[in-house]
Amino acid sequence: MLTMTDEQIKKAADFFTQEIARLAGQRSIRLMEVCGTHTVAIFKAGIRQLLPENVELVSGPGCPVCVTPNEYLDTAIAYSKDPQVIITTFGDMLKVPGSSSTLAQQKAAGADIRILYSPLESLEIAKENPDKNVIFLAVGFETTAPLAAATILMAEKAGITNFYVLSAHKLVPPALRVLLMSENSRVDGLLLPGHVSSMIGVKPYEFLIDEFSTPAVVAGFDPLDILQSIYMLVKQIHEGTPQLENQYRRIAPPRGNEVACRTLYKVYQAVDTVWRGIGNLEGSGLGIREEYRSFDAKTNIPVTVEVMKEHAGCQCGQVLCGTLLPTACPLFGKTCLPEHPVGSCMVSVEGTCAAWYKYGAGRWQG
Amino acid sequence: MSSERIQMAHGSGGKLSHDLVKNIMWPAFANDILGAMHDGAQCTINGVRLAFSTDSYVVKPLFFAGGDIGKLAVCGTVNDVAMNGAVPLYLSAGFVLEEGFPIEILKRIVASMQQAAAEAGVYIVTGDTKVVEKGAVDGIYINTAGIGQIIDGIQISGQNARPGQDIILNGYLGEHSLAVMSERHGLEFPQTVVSDCAPLNRLVAELLTAVPQIAVLRDPTRGGLATTLNEIASQSQVGIMLDESSIPVSPAVQAACDILGFDPLYLANEGKMIVFVDKEYTAEVLRIMQSHIYGRESRIIGEVVPKPCGQVGLRTRIGGVRRLDMLIGDQLPRIC
Repeated sequence: MLTMTDEQIKKAADFFTQEIARLAGQRSIRLMEVCGTHTVAIFKAGIRQLLPENVELVSGPGCPVCVTPNEYLDTAIAYSKDPQVIITTFGDMLKVPGSSSTLAQQKAAGADIRILYSPLESLEIAKENPDKNVIFLAVGFETTAPLAAATILMAEKAGITNFYVLSAHKLVPPALRVLLMSENSRVDGLLLPGHVSSMIGVKPYEFLIDEFSTPAVVAGFDPLDILQSIYMLVKQIHEGTPQLENQYRRIAPPRGNEVACRTLYKVYQAVDTVWRGIGNLEGSGLGIREEYRSFDAKTNIPVTVEVMKEHAGCQCGQVLCGTLLPTACPLFGKTCLPEHPVGSCMVSVEGTCAAWYKYGAGRWQG
Repeated sequence: MSSERIQMAHGSGGKLSHDLVKNIMWPAFANDILGAMHDGAQCTINGVRLAFSTDSYVVKPLFFAGGDIGKLAVCGTVNDVAMNGAVPLYLSAGFVLEEGFPIEILKRIVASMQQAAAEAGVYIVTGDTKVVEKGAVDGIYINTAGIGQIIDGIQISGQNARPGQDIILNGYLGEHSLAVMSERHGLEFPQTVVSDCAPLNRLVAELLTAVPQIAVLRDPTRGGLATTLNEIASQSQVGIMLDESSIPVSPAVQAACDILGFDPLYLANEGKMIVFVDKEYTAEVLRIMQSHIYGRESRIIGEVVPKPCGQVGLRTRIGGVRRLDMLIGDQLPRIC
């Protein structure tokens, strides 16, 4: 991909665009990009404008920050108020609103909150601060969870006893099942996150075809990857042959990364977990196994969490299920803005609403 | 749930920084010179037009590939003065030092400041030092202010962008941010990224002497190219359309951005400038810039269009168009 000239890229893009329009014909097609990275990539490349009006892209529940429930944030915020605690986190958690505060506000008020690029940095911080408890906010899908698992294993090996994990990891396939079972959802095809498949492979998605006959393509993240994947989905729909295809074979092998998965499930096991705005989904999260419970923050460090408050009027749940476009939410762009988010979808750079807002809802009124 | 305390994003150069200035500084200090919203102040004393600018430097770490806090403190202010169409002449330097800071390192920083000043042809003519208790600052902070004379007949302003002008950039984006970032976090990329930190005043003087018709000059520092162009689009009430395939991003920066999830269009630069000029002068501007050491990679990256007013658009490689907004939040703190 990277070796293509600008001219070749444009030529390939023109081909896919024309074929998508031809195959879609007059049919109204609604495709869901499950993952926030795709949402952003679609906006960044200006892909919506290249599609005919009747081919619609809606965003799904694949932004880890967006689906993290209030209760988790409130717990993290409560921990951050403990002077014995250092919170380590990826930067995009800072602005997520909990019931009455954000981690950014706690940091400004003096809480010791450190931003990481790798969870492994937590171990250094733990070693340098033996009298403090270091709590890593483990948020993310199958892509980031193996790293958190590896960090726990390394902490165990290094004999570090003041490192803990507050886990809110989530799994993509169970969420898709709930989504497709929902009455409101009308999704004609799924653009699946390529980087998740680089870990779990393709097999966990077979139920999409077997149980729901929903066309699905594991897609990469370059503009041409996405255009090609949309073309593959539209072609399946046109031909009436729902399949599970892998456009991202160069990175995502059919069986995924078995070493990473083994590491992941050595430390974690599937548990029920709450998705913001969607609810409690069976087997859709990751909890720390009994053997590694000594690294589980909640089991080991007592904390009093405030009573959870949902923000009135926030429609993140519907946005995450693709049943409401961000622009149809009454708060969007009014009281809910990237600099003062009300709902979680407006927070992360990969949040559906943040992306819609940032890129002017995808249409350039030139 | 208003944020009643200063957060890191207030210092990003993006939207919250603008809100802070707009809601707190402007109402308090309101005057015509401040209201003109240049890259510094443009004022007239006894008929002599002066440009005056100040900036504080808190970069962490103090030394990085391609520069250090001292070089940055000189180049940053020299460039801000120059972007007003002025020849910078004199600088002040204020130091806030932490108790226990090694004098040997201070000497290195000061030597680097003098070297940068010599290259720019400016003098550091006054200064101040303060020492605070250990922990009250992180090693050393430097403030510099600069004053210069605006070149006769030159009218540079963010309000001068007009449809039909070309937009020219003098080289690769994002190098400063990533150089500081990789030093701070000990990140190693396939290729070392070196900061572009450099004094641009000589290039500016040469350009303005040859092409006094240049309308807008700006250095895309904090907030990056995208934020700077949004400011200009909004000040001039025009649209700006960029061409993605013409925007110079080195493979090393692009690779690092891909890994870290950054967008080079929002990364801070310390040796870059954007020139807006009527198309008939573009060839001459390019010729001068490309023959200068800090402009070898100069190229046209886009043009001014009538609408949408106050917005910046990007034509992507695959032929789509998307809006480029200002930076919101802080992509990277303490970068300068």
